[in-house]
This record gives sequence, C-alpha cells and structure tokens, in this order.
Amino acid sequence: MYPPRFNYESPKSLAEAISLLTAGGGEAKVLAGGQSLVPMLKLRFASPEMLVDINNIPGLNYVRRDADGSIHIGALCRHEDLEKSEVIAEHQPTIAAAAPLVADPIVRTRGTFVGSVCHADPQGDWSATMIALDGHIVAQGPNGKRNIPARDFVTGPFQNALAFDEIAIEAVIPAPKGDVHGGYLKLERRVGDFATAAVAVALETSGGKVIRAGIALTGVGGRTINANVAADSLVGSALTIESITRAGELAAAAAEPRSDHRGSASYKRHIVSTFLTRILNNISESTVKAA
Amino acid sequence: MALDEIKIGGMGASRRRVEDNRFIRGKGNYVDDIVLPAMLHMEILRSPMAHARIKSIDVSKAWEIPGVRLVLTGEMLAARNLAWMPTLSYDTQAVMAMDKVRFQGQEVAAVIADDPYIAKDACEAIRVEYEALPVIVNPMQAMAPGAALIRDDKENQTDNKVFDWEVGDRAGADKAFAEADLISKIELHYPRSHPSPIETCGSIADFDRATGKLTVYMTTQAPHIIRAAVAMVAELPEHMIRIVSPDLGGGFGNKVPVYPGYVISILASILTERPVKWIEDKTGNLISTGFGRDVYLQGELAVRKDGKMLGVRMHTISDHGAFFADAQPSKFKIGLMHSAFACYDIPVAHLTATGTYTNKAPGGVAYRCSFRVTEAMFFQERMVQAAADDLGMDQAEFRRINFVKDDDFPHRTAYGFLTDSGQYGKCLDVGLEAIDYKNFLVQKEEAKKRGRLLGIGISTMTEPLGAGNSREYDILGIKMFDSAELRVHMSGKAILRTGAKSQGQGHETTWAQIVAHELGIPADDIVVEEGDTDTAPFGMGTYASRSTPVAGAAVAMVSRKIRAKARKIAAHLLEVSEEDVEWELGRFYVRSSPDRGVTIQDCAMAAYSNMPDGMEPGLENNAYYDPPNLTWPFACYISTVEVDPETGVWDVLKVVAVDDCGVRINPMIVEGQIMGGLTEAYAMASMQFITYDVEGNCVGSNYMDYLLPTAWETPGFELHEVVTPCPHHPIGAKGIGECATVGGPASFVNAVMDALRGTGVRNIDMPLLADRVYEAIQTGKDISGAPPIKTEE
Ligand SMILES: Cc1cc2nc3c(=O)[nH]c(=O)nc-3n(C[C@H](O)[C@H](O)[C@H](O)COP(=O)(O)OP(=O)(O)OC[C@H]3O[C@@H](n4cnc5c(N)ncnc54)[C@H](O)[C@@H]3O)c2cc1C
Repeated sequence: MYPPRFNYESPKSLAEAISLLTAGGGEAKVLAGGQSLVPMLKLRFASPEMLVDINNIPGLNYVRRDADGSIHIGALCRHEDLEKSEVIAEHQPTIAAAAPLVADPIVRTRGTFVGSVCHADPQGDWSATMIALDGHIVAQGPNGKRNIPARDFVTGPFQNALAFDEIAIEAVIPAPKGDVHGGYLKLERRVGDFATAAVAVALETSGGKVIRAGIALTGVGGRTINANVAADSLVGSALTIESITRAGELAAAAAEPRSDHRGSASYKRHIVSTFLTRILNNISESTVKAA
Repeated sequence: MALDEIKIGGMGASRRRVEDNRFIRGKGNYVDDIVLPAMLHMEILRSPMAHARIKSIDVSKAWEIPGVRLVLTGEMLAARNLAWMPTLSYDTQAVMAMDKVRFQGQEVAAVIADDPYIAKDACEAIRVEYEALPVIVNPMQAMAPGAALIRDDKENQTDNKVFDWEVGDRAGADKAFAEADLISKIELHYPRSHPSPIETCGSIADFDRATGKLTVYMTTQAPHIIRAAVAMVAELPEHMIRIVSPDLGGGFGNKVPVYPGYVISILASILTERPVKWIEDKTGNLISTGFGRDVYLQGELAVRKDGKMLGVRMHTISDHGAFFADAQPSKFKIGLMHSAFACYDIPVAHLTATGTYTNKAPGGVAYRCSFRVTEAMFFQERMVQAAADDLGMDQAEFRRINFVKDDDFPHRTAYGFLTDSGQYGKCLDVGLEAIDYKNFLVQKEEAKKRGRLLGIGISTMTEPLGAGNSREYDILGIKMFDSAELRVHMSGKAILRTGAKSQGQGHETTWAQIVAHELGIPADDIVVEEGDTDTAPFGMGTYASRSTPVAGAAVAMVSRKIRAKARKIAAHLLEVSEEDVEWELGRFYVRSSPDRGVTIQDCAMAAYSNMPDGMEPGLENNAYYDPPNLTWPFACYISTVEVDPETGVWDVLKVVAVDDCGVRINPMIVEGQIMGGLTEAYAMASMQFITYDVEGNCVGSNYMDYLLPTAWETPGFELHEVVTPCPHHPIGAKGIGECATVGGPASFVNAVMDALRGTGVRNIDMPLLADRVYEAIQTGKDISGAPPIKTEE
C-alpha cells in the first residue's frame, strides 16, 4: 500500500497523546486498531499529516463490570476480546451477540470497539449496540474528561462529536435496573461484509414487563438509526405477538435505507422488521421459560 | 524386483506437494520479490470515466515532483507505434488512451519514479480533462438504434457489434422442433466475474542497452506466447527476449493475456535504460484485466413425451467490453460454447452468437475453464432441469435416459465434437446414492414444518479440456502442442523442464510422478523447472486444463524415449541382445534369467562412463506432443440447500461431487483441484459478480464489493471418483483443474430453484443473493439480468 506521506508518533501516555493532537491542530488522527483508518489511507481517502498511535499507551485494554453493574470498555479493547469475554457472555447479551458478527476473525483481533464507534460508519455494528444500550463515550482532552451519550456521539456519516484534541478513552454501558435481555442479528453476504441490514436490541424487564427498551439499526441509513419510537412502544407491558409485530413495523418505518448492491430499500426494511421480530420472539420465549 | 510405485512417488501416490515447502515458509519467489539494481517503479493513472473524450492531459505538475524519472502518455507511445496492440482475438486494444477512454480503469498515463510512493503521488498530480460521452454497459444498450459508437477508431465499424456467428444445423434443428411434443425454453444471464488471483499482475522489464537483451519477469501463465507477442509488438528479435515467469500467486486465466502494463513497463525500461517494476494494485486488477463470462443465453430444447431429447437451439449475446480481447485459442468466435449437450445423445443442435462492444473492461478470459465451457455447461444443466420440470419427469431419470451410453463411444456430438470415453450413468448413480436421493422428499416435508424450503440440484457435465490438436487450435497461428525436456544425470537424478507454467497446480510434484512411473526414478530425485523461456522448451502455457493432457503427455513421451535408449545401454551392460531385455519399474532384466538385471540408475551412469560402441553419450531428450483430441472428463455434482423464505437466505446442506478425470496421477492434488473449483462455483452461484452502474462505474472494484468466499461460509464437499481412462492419452489422464468450477454452479442454482418449486419462479440469475431469492418468492416472478445497481429508491 502506498498512502500519502504522514508523520507517525507513538506516545506512551494519554497526556502526551493529547498534546500531540493539540499540536496537530486538526491534522492529526488517532490510530487505534487501524482496521478502518489504514484502508482509508491506502485508498487515499484520508490524508492526515500525523498519526497518533495509541497502542503503546498502558491501561486502555480492558473490559470490566463495576460493582454497580455498569460495563466499561477501554479504548484498546479489541472486538475479539469482547467475543471471548466472560463478563460480556454473562452480563451483556446485545454485545455478546454482535461480537462474532463484526468483520471477520482476522480483523477482530485488531479492531477496537471504541475505534469503531469513533469511526461512525453507518454500517458499523458497534454504534448500534451502544445506542440500543444507551451507553456513553468518555472523552478526554486538554481540559479533562466529559461524557458524550452514544445517541449524540455520531453527528453524521464518519463524523463524531469529539473535538480534534480529544481521545475517546472508554465506552460505558450503564447499570441496568431490571433483568437484561438483548440480541443482534445481521444479514451479511459473506463473513467480513458490512451489514445489508442489522438490528440491535437491548431490553430490561421487571416482573415480566419491559421497563426499558433500546433498538438501533445498522446499514439502513446515512447514520446508525435510533429506532426509539419502536423501542418506546414496548415499554410498560409484556412482550406479546401484537406488540412485537407493531415494533417490527415501527422499526421498519424508522429505517432510511437506499437501494444498492446489497439489496433494495424495501428488502432492507423487510429484514429490519423480520430480524427485530425474531430477536423479540426469542426474548419473549426465554422470559416465558424463565417465569 | 520391480519397485513399489507408490513408495517412489509414482502414479497414484498422494505425494505431498514439493513446492509447498517454500510457499508455507514464505520463501516463494514472486515478481514483487525480485529486486534488481537501480530499479525504478511504475504506477499507472487510470480513467475514472467509462466513456469520455480526452480533451487534454497536463503532466507538468507530475514532472515537478522530485524522484520522477519519466511520465508517459498515449501520445508518446503513439510516436513509437505502441499506442495500440493486437489482441488474441484479432482485434486491437489501446495500450494507453489517446483520443478517448472506453472503460473505467483504462490506462491514461504512467509515471516512472524512484519509489512507488513518488510514482503514486505524481499520478495524482496529472491533470486530465475529460468530456463525457454516453455510456453503454450492456449488449442491449450497445445494439439499440442510435447507440454511441464505442470503436470509432476502427475503419468500417459503424455499430457496436463485434461479430455474428453460428454453428450447427439450422434446418435440422427446425425440423426437430417441428416434430417435438414439447419445447422447453430458458433465458439466463451468466454474470461477469473476475478470476481475481490473490497476486495481481505485474512485471519487471530490464532492457540492457549493452547486450541488446530484454529480460522481463512477468506474471504470466504462458511465457513462450508472451515472448512471441513481445517480439511482434516491440519489434525485438526473439532470441533477445527472455521472459521469466517466477512463482505465481494464482492465475485462473487472468494471467494469459498481454496487458498494457507489461508493454508500458518494457517501453519505460528501454527509455530509461533501467529496470522498471510495475505491480498492479487490487483495484487495477479487478477493473482492467481479463474478466470471465458476461453472456446472455437463450435456449430451447425439443423433447418427446417419453423424455427423449430431439434437438437444442441456443442463442448467445456476449459482452466483450471495449476491445475484443478474448484470450482463447479456438477458431470459434464464442469459444467452446457449442460443447453444450456433449454428454447427451441429442441428434441435432444449432447455435447463433452475437458479440458486442460495451464501455467495460476488455479481455474475456477462460476463468478456470476451457473458453466458454462454463457458460455452456451452466446453460445445459439449467435447460435440462427446466425441461424435466416442464415434462413432469424426474430430473435424474431425464438425464439418465438421454446420456450417451458407455458403449456408444467414440461419439460425435450434435455440434461436431468427438467424445471418446465415459461412464455417465455410473457417475450419476454414485452421486444419487451419496446424497440419499430417495429419502430427500421425506427430509423436504420435515423441513416444511419448520418453515424452511429444501431443494436438491443436479449438474452433470463433460467438457473438452486440453487444447488442443494442432488442426483446430492455435494462438496467433502458433499450434497448440507442448513439450518436455528430460536430462538424466550420471547418478540417475534428473531435471525435467516443460513449456507449461504452474500457478498452483503442483507441476513440480506431478510431473516428477509421471517420470517416476515411466522410468522408476524416485520422484524425489527429479527436479522440475518451468517458466524461463531461455531454458524451458517451447510450450503454450498452462490454462484450459491443458497441462496434464498436453505437457503431461509430453513428459510421459520423453520418459519413454529415455527408456528406449536406456534399454540399449542395459543390453550392452547385460551382454545380451536388446530383444532379450525386459522392463519392470526401475529395472531392466534378462528375460531368461530375471535375476540378472541393471537399474535405470546403472544405465544412467553407463551413459556417461560405459556406453556401447557408436552410441551418442548422455541420457537426455525432448518430446513434442500434439494431442490427437481433447480429453473429456465427466462429473456429476449434486447439492442440497435449505432456503429461509422469510429472508431469502439459503444454506448449503451437502455437496456431493463425482469426478471421472481418467487416471489420477496424484489423488490428493486432484481432490484439491475439485474442492477449489467447487468453492469458486459456490461463490459464483451465491455472491460473486462484477456489475456496472449506469455511469459505467465498476461495482466490484475491491474485495468489499467483489466477494471471494472464505472458509467460513464455504460448504464442505464429499468427493467420489469413477475412473474411465482417456483412450488416447499416454497415461490415460484427462483434465481436472476446472471441472468443478464449470459444472458446480448449476448444481447450486438448480437446488435453490428446486426449493422454490411451486412458487411459480423458474429462474433467478446468478448470483443468488438473498434479496433476489426473497424478491422471487414474494413476487412469484423470475429475476433476470445483472443485479441492478440503483443508488436511489
Ligand atoms: C475487512 C474488514 C471488514 C470489516 N467489517 C466490519 C463489519 O462488518 N462491521 C463493523 O462494524 N466494522 C467492520 N470493519 C471495521 C472494523 O470493525 C474496524 O476495526 C473499526 O471500524 C475501527 O476500529 P479501529 O480500532 O480499527 O479504528 P482505526 O481504524 O484505528 O480508527 C478509525 C477512526 O476512528 C478514530 N479513532 C479510533 N480510536 C479512537 C479513539 N480512541 N479516540 C478518538 N478517535 C479514535 C481514528 O482516528 C479513525 O478516524 C471491517 C474492517 C475490515 C478491514
């Protein structure tokens, strides 16, 4: 690959990385797993003056669950780490379902969860899980840290709410208030393909009733779609055939797909409702079984 | 005692591939691994437009970049009479665009610089002003009245037609159709695909002004043909051209043609007097080099009520891109398309073919097949399935009653080919048994209860492999024989050279096995060399499954010449007359006292130390082999699939492959070829195509859009064999490299169509992507043509 010329820096601390970004004045870019940035360099779609490689900064590679039940994913936690994480397998079904469907096994060993959310690709899988789970990103810049809710984080295709001198250091999934359910279904033409359409679902139930719901859609719009109307329609009652069907229709209506070589717009809408109903039916069956 | 043939790595031994030793250690030597002193690097600027007039090219900014040594444009090539080159199909092709660009990705300029980064930066600095012209992306547009003329460079070319051609018996077919009880029809599109070897094309041209010699390291499947072509195009004497094809990272037909990049790198080396390396990037390979298929097929089959086939009619409309640069050696405009129905006893056939120019990449190649055989067999097996359905007859039975029978060989096909051997019915039986055909209906009913649709698809085929006899096959007039040269050293070790060129087929392993079989020299004692025109004997290269049928036969024949000489030496050593000498593997002995004998190694030593009086010393020879006919392997591929009607997603449940490629030299390698072929067949059926949007943008220009299957989704394959030796090949072998790619796709498509039985859908064109299958189920209508690329709802 023959990218345009750039400088490469490999800071050993967050403070050093932030000062490099500040000095770069918007022409520097963070390099995490490199699985999106490097292809962009190869195709010369990106031509940053400087790459700030954060891979040598200690303390960023973790996924942990705090005592309050919140889950924290560090900036260097790879897709594969999540796929193999016991914490995730036990406590976070939405992320557990999505992890083996992101990219291919090779890419998953390098690409990061946080990097994927930062990349803000409308076809990126992790943004949808973050929105469905109502997570937030912890950003750190010269003036300290701030939290950015996932639903506000993506500002457009390949655009996020970070300032040029900020690094996303962590993604946080808030502590649940009820029983946790979730799922992720993705239609892809082949392993490693981006989604033709995919659906992320995160539910919390209490006493058989849905007390919180999040639904987000991948690959069916110019950005990750927050299907909050569909999600809200589920809150307050138990899952029924009618409520599931209705949510499927609302989610399909929320999608803004375009026809392309992955399929027609109407097909993608159909997949959204089919996948959402399948996930909700699964959850409904498992809650019935548990009850 | 004769040697144990399997132990010495002879015929039938699943000997490990000797070349893998270096490949898996990262010690292969590909073109891009070669570094010559003072070497420069070339990058090609390609057209972003599909059809546009070039108003101006400004290269001044490129020249300003430090490290740039040369900037080439079409004008500069024209000044040296190199702007156009002949194609293998007797057309011309632009080496670099001058007047206008005719497809997206066409070569417009080239930069030669100190390193590839600089070359790429400089390409970006070249300013080209284009004036857009109407774009034509399929044959229907090409033939529409008033269509823009793509080849306005050609005198007498007034439309976008490349050819009209026909073969077969028109009147006879008309008569058969008039007498038929039923006429079954089908219309198909075989989409454009790309062989897409992992290693792209590339070359290092090294012109030495002092000696006048041009050496070109090049990714080519056919180095000797390239030498001839370079002699023609560059007007250099043949003995001053050396083409070296080192290790190749796959070819699949993509590395047969001469590409502009090669020619430009040669000119660049002549002009700079330094070696010039050009390595194409993946997008360059996908959008500009030889594609496969892209044919519309219409056909009708005339049948009698009892299932007997009476005649077939075919019409093809092919899309050749901007230049007719098909890389094929036959005299037939649409290749071996008329090999269709060769395994069926059908009295009469007629084919008409129309070829068109479009604003797409040129250079149709035989992507893992004899030219157009893939399309022919796909058409055949889809047609047969449709006719069986129309008749209401069992699809296996319909095939069986129409097969050419085992004792009907040699058989002259309706289109005039001569098939010579096979056990078609037996192969089908083995396949049906393995897939448990009888119980399939039970499984189907069970699946229905789960909301899933099951289908079974059969594909049988015989294909003409191993072009070819010199009467009918040539490339630019050069006849299609092959040669081998064997040199046995005094210790009985040997070096074998052929004019073929392995790209993964394992010649270094199998050629040695043929010599071991013929001479009893252990395969490990034989080194095999190919690819350097200064040392290898003449050959037409490796494609169209022709290496074992042609070069492999030459290997056997040269071994036999060596054995004949060794027999004379043996008689001398044993002090008996030649008639009294008998041969068993590895050893000559005296007929009357079998204990008295000499080994082939003894004879080799004597050839250098103790030859009979008057005998020329040494033990080496060569052989040229002109095959009397093509070889005709047969195969039966059966697959079962499960369709999810709610999404159109389908999964393969089982694939059974029964291949009869005659005698198997190395069964492991044969099985590898079949598995690789089936993988590509599955890819074509399920996911793979190159299409173009209305502006002529290539959709399929990278591996995110052009999908290669991975181990993840590729189904498992269950392999079976039947052996009917080829009657005219010295070791009874037939081609196998391509059977599964050729015959495989129809088995998957037939299976999905079988699953959709009852929905009213008769055909979905490949690839059978989930959205197309879903749409067909929903609408009950066929899905035809290249998958449409619309950017808006
Ligand atoms: C073949 C292939 C298939 C793929 N398929 C899929 C798929 O199916 N689904 C999917 O979701 N993704 C897919 N991807 C993308 C992959 O998941 C990437 O890993 C991911 O999108 C980006 O993560 P990264 O760590 O590699 O980020 P990088 O490539 O290093 O960076 C991406 C962008 O985010 C910025 N960035 C990264 N980390 C930070 C940070 N901590 N703070 C601030 N900015 C940051 C970078 O500056 C850059 O702009 C695929 C990639 C490949 C190569």
